[in-house]
Amino acid sequence: MRHVAPTPPRRKLRVATASLAGCFGCHMSFLDIDERLLDLIDLVEFDRSPITDIKHCGPCDIGIIEGGVCNAENVHVLWELRANCKVLVALGACAVNGGLPAQRNHLDVGSCLARVYRDRAGGEVPDDPELPLLLDKVRPLNEVVRIDFFIPGCPPSGDAIWKYLTDLISGRMPRLEHPMLHFD
Amino acid sequence: MSDDATFMLDGRPIRFEAGQSILQAALAAGAFIPNLCHHPEFKPHGSCKLCTVKVNGRASSACTTRARAGQEVASDTPELNRHRRTLLQMLFVEGNHFCPGCEKSGQCRLQALAYDLEMLNPHYEHFYPPRPIDASHPDVLIDFNRCILCALCVRASRDVDGKTVFALAGRGTAQHLVVDCPSGKLGDTDFAATDKAAEVCPVGAILPKRVGFAVPIGERPFDIEPISVQAAHAAHAEPRG
Repeated sequence: MRHVAPTPPRRKLRVATASLAGCFGCHMSFLDIDERLLDLIDLVEFDRSPITDIKHCGPCDIGIIEGGVCNAENVHVLWELRANCKVLVALGACAVNGGLPAQRNHLDVGSCLARVYRDRAGGEVPDDPELPLLLDKVRPLNEVVRIDFFIPGCPPSGDAIWKYLTDLISGRMPRLEHPMLHFD
Repeated sequence: MSDDATFMLDGRPIRFEAGQSILQAALAAGAFIPNLCHHPEFKPHGSCKLCTVKVNGRASSACTTRARAGQEVASDTPELNRHRRTLLQMLFVEGNHFCPGCEKSGQCRLQALAYDLEMLNPHYEHFYPPRPIDASHPDVLIDFNRCILCALCVRASRDVDGKTVFALAGRGTAQHLVVDCPSGKLGDTDFAATDKAAEVCPVGAILPKRVGFAVPIGERPFDIEPISVQAAHAAHAEPRG
């Protein structure tokens, strides 16, 4: 693979990451850039992210979001990142097209909940106000807010994420080609 | 190259035999034009429009346009590739194409073309259509979620197998693949796993059972080499002029 050394920006870019209706696999794949994390940390600092445990996002340069949108909380997190990030990146299959969670889209949410909690368990459908309401369909990010860049893959490889991010940080138009561009 | 039987494709001379379409001649010469509903053994269908090229400045399907001497054909241009990406994006959102969960991933022509044309997202709002799966046949599964209406199975069953097991019914966005028997179930037809129609599906709609992951993901044809490169290799492997 051709290694393109990232050009350091004038100041550290602020990056937020979040996982919505995903499995954290894309975040794990992000960590697969391994020792290049040390290079990355010279270029960026993290805002809201599972890495920092910061709960709310401040003004950022890049937001990276894994997972689609399946409930009301996902929508609010997505809005928060869109409002605060100059550039928003959809990371992975679920963020790009709904992915595995979207396999429920042909089912009725109400009857699903009733079947699982009422019919099978003999209880009631949980309605604690802390629980976010489910959307009727799982949606990819770009059906809810404007998304600037997409990295498909389930998950995208660490190499693909590194290539894309370093392109972005260095001000190049990010590009994924064979074999880094894959949907599975 | 002032040969009578030659046209120019993106500035490259392509020789053709009388009766060949632009697509047939280009593929035989190892020049890849993206295509989905084309199959070398069947009559052209001209429905997917992925092979749209500009012939002397006019857009037309390379699979249904006869090659003629002196044609100036443009295919690999930013404009045409942008249109092709749009067509692919529409195909992706009209069905339920979830590559990570599909047995055909890495061997799927729809996916391979999306890779080749660098389609990074489906762009349009997803239809998420509710479509059934037909597992009634002992050896072959139909997952209608992934059907792109290329009619290759229709043509294979009708023209090669002599069975007319498949047909396209409905019009516009309501068009869908049907199995031609009273129950509409593949298991109730004389369809066999050895039929031509069982092997021509370019996507993961018609799948042989029990062999789905015989080749692991990551080691499949389009994981190893892009579809355009494979097409060039296939042409050079054939002893054609």
